[in-house]
Amino acid sequence: MSLTKIRPSPPLETMKDPSPRPTLSLWERIKRDKLLLAFALPGIILILIFQYIPLLGNVIAFQDYQPFLGIMHSRWSGFDNFSVIFNGDPAFLNALKNTLIITALQAVFVFPAPILIALLLNSLLSNKIRQIVQSILYLPHFLSWVIVVAVFQQILGGSGMINNYLRANGHDTLSIIGNSELFTTVITSQVIWKDTGWATILFLAALAQIDRSLYEASAVDGASRWRQTWHITLPGLRSIIILLFILKLGDSLTVGFEQLVLQQQAVGLGVSEVLDTYVFNNGIIGGAWGVAAAVGLVKGLVSVVLVLAANKLAHFFGEEGVYKS
Amino acid sequence: MSRKIIDGMPAPALGASLLKGLILLLICTVVIVPFVGIISTSVASPEQVTKAGGFVLFPDSIQWSAYASVLSGGVVTRSLFVSAGITVVGTLLSLTVTSMLGWALSRRSMVGNKFMIMLVLFSLLFTPGMIPTYLMVKQLGMLDSYWALIVPTMVSGFNVIVMRSFFSGIPTELIDAARIDGAGEWQIFRRIALPLSKAVMAVIGLFYAVGYWNSFFNAMLYLSDSAKWPLQLVLRTYVVNGTQLGDSDLGSLDAVMPPEPSIQMAILVIAIVPILLVYPFLQKHFAKGVLTGAVKG
Repeated sequence: MSLTKIRPSPPLETMKDPSPRPTLSLWERIKRDKLLLAFALPGIILILIFQYIPLLGNVIAFQDYQPFLGIMHSRWSGFDNFSVIFNGDPAFLNALKNTLIITALQAVFVFPAPILIALLLNSLLSNKIRQIVQSILYLPHFLSWVIVVAVFQQILGGSGMINNYLRANGHDTLSIIGNSELFTTVITSQVIWKDTGWATILFLAALAQIDRSLYEASAVDGASRWRQTWHITLPGLRSIIILLFILKLGDSLTVGFEQLVLQQQAVGLGVSEVLDTYVFNNGIIGGAWGVAAAVGLVKGLVSVVLVLAANKLAHFFGEEGVYKS
Repeated sequence: MSRKIIDGMPAPALGASLLKGLILLLICTVVIVPFVGIISTSVASPEQVTKAGGFVLFPDSIQWSAYASVLSGGVVTRSLFVSAGITVVGTLLSLTVTSMLGWALSRRSMVGNKFMIMLVLFSLLFTPGMIPTYLMVKQLGMLDSYWALIVPTMVSGFNVIVMRSFFSGIPTELIDAARIDGAGEWQIFRRIALPLSKAVMAVIGLFYAVGYWNSFFNAMLYLSDSAKWPLQLVLRTYVVNGTQLGDSDLGSLDAVMPPEPSIQMAILVIAIVPILLVYPFLQKHFAKGVLTGAVKG
């Protein structure tokens, strides 16, 4: 069937002057758009079911939830579940402490890494080399955490590449993987290995937008490359750095859930339990549904507050931030 | 200052260039060596693997026995089929639902358009939490079903927004012209929107496919029956946690079982290869996709 011979064209007078459209009632508009609405429906329903309705499920934070009773029949318990937070249950405090430590480490080591690499790539004169390096560095981003953790074990683990080399040459082996003292170091390196390359994309895009004539003018005035970096390049990256830092701050209570769940067995909960794994271990594994939901709920609320606060701070420094109110 | 100026910057001193090259080389090595090691160990001869204590960087010869034993039926083979099936079915469903929603949202005249866009955008700002999501999946009776790996992650609001920005770029004249020629909404979508959006569909499809292929936590959460495990979960059990694959877990093969490290590496390679195959395409378009979403979203 070709488009041209499906139906006769509508009469000319309806097409000629559509400007004073009769206002349609809501029902008439729905009827007019019924096919488009049908297009939207499956997606909208899925978003409602898996994003919005579960929000209501958070009421179990205020219940002594029992799976066999369900949300409707479980006993209401007020703020009892929140006592682990307010009275400072040691396991909860440990999870909070580890979360904050890991977030701090990531802010210091993971966050600046792509900026440095982007600057390095940007200063390369050969486009070809830059592209080759980029294709290599982006690759780990597409691997799953299972693969990344396995790769790290194969290199740094007890029978991994480095220890094999040491053993073969008669040295003592290093205990890196499974060593709880080095755990935060290992997971920070894993994040750097996996995502630094990929994270350079946004910075490289921002670098490409900086006006070349600024460099030319400053070079004529005798500015060195260092001074150009300091006075032109970094100010050009200011907005994107602040934007990403706000997003990071909003995420600061969320640290690599899949990554940590995979490695908890080896090092124990003492150093590897974070808020998300606490929710998982206590709720889904341990059956303390109400407590886990309460911790998850508070975590979610604090995260939203953090983003809003960081955004305010960005406005204060004269930046646009994520949104403008 | 007599140094040459290239592209607005003073030409770098030789020492600085060398240092830069060295740093980049080092970084690239750190990324590449693990891949080389994994592939090498998976194809190295059993004797060499045993002698090296488990990790080979330069294989003396190439042997496929590790692959033969993992792919001859058994746990790994089955999980490979599960992963492939979930990736294919999931990606097709995701693409269908996402493109249809994106198309509807790109039609500004549609009733409720603004409200639905807000609904999608707002959902990007929060996650409902693990426990409530788990209870929802349970409520829907999807525990221990493959659907639990597909349906909850079927629509990504981010991808819907990217699709919508793309469809919004299709000139209204084209749509009007088609309508004047008598095309209905379905035909406009089928014959105008879809043919114009092959590239963006491919990119979003790959976004989804990589997500389905790589996901392991949903399987861990929702599937208790190990016979249904996808490849990533098998990888976790036998490679990360180091559980030994017994004879019964592998297919019936007369040959002697290759050493454990080779088997582990072979499973790893099998999980990585599909990503490597689509990587050139991914790399070309993902960057664009990320930036489109960031700028227009």
